[in-house]
Amino acid sequence: MTGISAQGVSWSANGRLIIDELEVAATPGTVTGIIGPNGAGKSTLLRVIAGVLRPDRGTVTLTSYHPAQTSVDADLHECDLLALPRRRRAKLLALVEQDATTELPLTVREAVLLGRTPHRSPFAGDSIADRALVEQALARVSATHLADRIVPTLSGGERQRVHLARALTQQPQVLLLDEPTNHLDIAAQLSALRLLCSLATDEGVTVIAALHDLTLAAHACDHVVLLDAGQVVAAGAVEEVLIPEVLNPVYQVRTTVLHHPETGKPVLTFA
Amino acid sequence: MTEPLAVVEPAKTTRLWVLAGSAVLVASVIVAVTIGPAEISITDVWRSIASNLCLGEGRCLSDVFGLESLPRLRDAMVWDVRLPRVLTAAAVGGGLAICGMVMQSLTRNPLADPYLLGLSSGASLGAVSVLLLGLSVAGVAVAQPVAAFGGAMAALALTLLLTTAAGRGTLSPARTVLAGLAVGQLAAAATSFVIFWSVRGDQAREVLAWLMGSIAGATWASVAVALGATLVIGTALAFTGRTLDAFAFGDTAAAALGVNVQRTRWTLLIGVAVLTGALVSQSGSIGFIGLVIPHAVRLLVGAQHRALLPLCALAGASILVWADTLARTVFAPRELPVGILTAALGAPVFAALLLRNRSVK
Repeated sequence: MTGISAQGVSWSANGRLIIDELEVAATPGTVTGIIGPNGAGKSTLLRVIAGVLRPDRGTVTLTSYHPAQTSVDADLHECDLLALPRRRRAKLLALVEQDATTELPLTVREAVLLGRTPHRSPFAGDSIADRALVEQALARVSATHLADRIVPTLSGGERQRVHLARALTQQPQVLLLDEPTNHLDIAAQLSALRLLCSLATDEGVTVIAALHDLTLAAHACDHVVLLDAGQVVAAGAVEEVLIPEVLNPVYQVRTTVLHHPETGKPVLTFA
Repeated sequence: MTEPLAVVEPAKTTRLWVLAGSAVLVASVIVAVTIGPAEISITDVWRSIASNLCLGEGRCLSDVFGLESLPRLRDAMVWDVRLPRVLTAAAVGGGLAICGMVMQSLTRNPLADPYLLGLSSGASLGAVSVLLLGLSVAGVAVAQPVAAFGGAMAALALTLLLTTAAGRGTLSPARTVLAGLAVGQLAAAATSFVIFWSVRGDQAREVLAWLMGSIAGATWASVAVALGATLVIGTALAFTGRTLDAFAFGDTAAAALGVNVQRTRWTLLIGVAVLTGALVSQSGSIGFIGLVIPHAVRLLVGAQHRALLPLCALAGASILVWADTLARTVFAPRELPVGILTAALGAPVFAALLLRNRSVK
């Protein structure tokens, strides 16, 4: 199991600071939500954590735990993510981008198979095991029926599920998602979030997702990090961050927190 | 147990396509050699090849098979004129198709072709300058192919310099395309100026051959350069299929799959540009092959590069062999620059692909 933390990371584009000395940590087996208004730096933070963008300052550290040992003498192993070879990094972390598309006539099966890229030598073919993983991943995101479709003919929601399946075939220990519920209908949103929660609790995957819908975040996340203008405004449990006192000044709205009659989880409305 | 079967199938269809494509190419080369003003049969082609493929003194293939060699003149017609020309056409066509495919994948631009980085204009400027101005280095007249290759590489260097200067060291696809456009336009203006200033009489036809592309006058040296470059660089590119696949969803997705995006783009762009430069030096800039063939082959076999690359090479080779055969026969004894034909055939094909593909956005 692998946890991840970013310490003091900054990244700027054309002299403008997009994220500024961010501190974020996520522990294995949990779902962490990154929330914040447009332009807060959510996507940039995910890309830095994924190792796709090299931060100007700061480090990203992976901490592996070996669950066989007791928590007292747990074998902790820390490593600097940016110092890892790219392919090693891609075996540990998967990133699901927002709205990644292609014009190429790639079938869904081929697109999902791309997740095996870091696991295979660039010269090797695909093994039967790789193909089996693809079918499993498609089944987990309920996209088996799409397997032979051509990616550019899919709807936004269907494509989103294909990307999720691709990330699953990458078999990551840390799964990063940018707006994973974007384009999905309500039922698909809930099933995507259920999948993320079960990856975290059943398989010990560390899940970090940028989310816009705060009620969904409250529903699915163990921890929430609120970003504004490239800085962490608040971080902690859902009950500590998703409250009017914290949200109102950042989003410039009036927040009311209700409680779901069955689950008791917060339901947020805005005015 | 249907699953393992379903797994093997895609690779098997690819192998079948490659086999069929190779057969078509070999047949095209042999038949194309027989076509022309002088009557030459397929047996003649075999006899000429056999009597010219020798190991040491007198141990020729024709002796092994007990074939009689052709009369000197007919043998020269096959071995010295038609065969090198047809083989050069095959090598240039195959190479251009590969270059176009890699360029399209690396820049994620469906309109990309081998000349994207201004290479054709650079090569034309080099060739035309030598042709019309008698350019020489240290008193030695520069051969046209050398000048063309030099011009192409100069254009490449300028394009990459401009791209990296604008992008603070990174090669972004959009900036690369724009920089290539700027350099290409500049070289084209310079070429036009040279032509305007100094073209006389017969030279016009030779200039047009460079600008439109032509394989007339190909020799065994042309075969060596074009085939050598296509085989060496094409084989190297054949191993990058998995990496090119990873670019399907863009740079960020490729990077998240463990691909070194910048290094891959630099290496492949330069590899493809060197191959294009070598081809342009032998044939001038033949258009449309590198643009259209990859699209057509993708429609047949999909977008996975390990299947695409060999099939693009085979399809490009066969098609340019036939286009060049047409170019030297339709208006015989006059020769068309083959580039006119590839454009005339390629543009409607491209339009047809566009119409067929309209369901995709």
